[in-house]
Amino acid sequence: MSLNTTSAPPTFVTVLLRGLLAGLVAGLLAGTFAYVVGEPRIEAAIAIEEAATHAAPAVGHDHHQDELVSREGQRGGLFLATGLFGAAMGGLLATAYALLRRRLRTADDGRSGLLLAGGALLGAVIVPFLKYPPNPPAVGDPDTINQRTGTYLLMVVLGLVAVWAGSLGHRSIRRGAPPWLRAGAAGGGFLLVAVVSHLVLPSFEEVPDDFPATLLWNFRLASLGTQVVLWAATGLLFTALMSRGRRPALDRDAGRLPAPGRSAFDAGTPARP
Amino acid sequence: MSSSTPAQPLVRPAASPRMLWAALAVVGALLLLAYLVAFDQGAVSRSGMYLHELMHDGRHLLGVPCH
Repeated sequence: MSLNTTSAPPTFVTVLLRGLLAGLVAGLLAGTFAYVVGEPRIEAAIAIEEAATHAAPAVGHDHHQDELVSREGQRGGLFLATGLFGAAMGGLLATAYALLRRRLRTADDGRSGLLLAGGALLGAVIVPFLKYPPNPPAVGDPDTINQRTGTYLLMVVLGLVAVWAGSLGHRSIRRGAPPWLRAGAAGGGFLLVAVVSHLVLPSFEEVPDDFPATLLWNFRLASLGTQVVLWAATGLLFTALMSRGRRPALDRDAGRLPAPGRSAFDAGTPARP
Repeated sequence: MSSSTPAQPLVRPAASPRMLWAALAVVGALLLLAYLVAFDQGAVSRSGMYLHELMHDGRHLLGVPCH
């Protein structure tokens, strides 16, 4: 049985299109998760916000009042936001893959796609989440939005630097060393950057005293879940698309491996059971 | 990548300068798209606050500071 591989590696455009597609689909999946799990929390937070605004109308800073887009529109716009954002992230993942896969030194390219998506999840989502957990409507002082946006973006960059430091730590130990030593060096490099960034950057404590703690926790969990779905699905779908045509082809109709002794090219005509 | 060379070499030729420029342009365009979703308040989209408001819930749930 020959393992059929395509002779030429895919071009950058092909890789990019697969990344965009994977990201778009992953974004819509993440949007579905956010719609089911996150929207009830946003509705609850907006109800609290509106109750506060009605109690003290002078404070009415808020742009929910403008009704430029109705709540129904915003709930639908959720899918537009996650879909576009997902496509952008999928495209960035594909570009990183095209540029970096030679340097990742993984045994096969499928693993490098997953590794990059995992690194992005850790560096661009989990590290910033721990420093600047997302807030529902009604939480956050509009006067500090520019500082919070800037420090959040800085934390995303530092999170990715921390992942890079982890990979440097991993590589600094020779290849034959025991696995725990390489893993420890990777974790040490990552934690060094992540912890120092966490300690050095400013914190913002702006949750109102009377905001329900469980609602805040549930919202933040929903937000984290949305981003985990986004990156996990992007990584898996991208890897699946990249492995098409490079593996012994699955029988498209029945979804089973070609019978022993048959080449992948024969898979189109199903074997007699 | 030292001893035995497999039939299908793991190391591919280095990325060409043309490919690097293309990648840079793509990264710029994709970051602009992400900016449009996550941070823009009409300056780039030229739609006033419409797109910003439309994608309000997504921004919150994608973990971006909003207001």
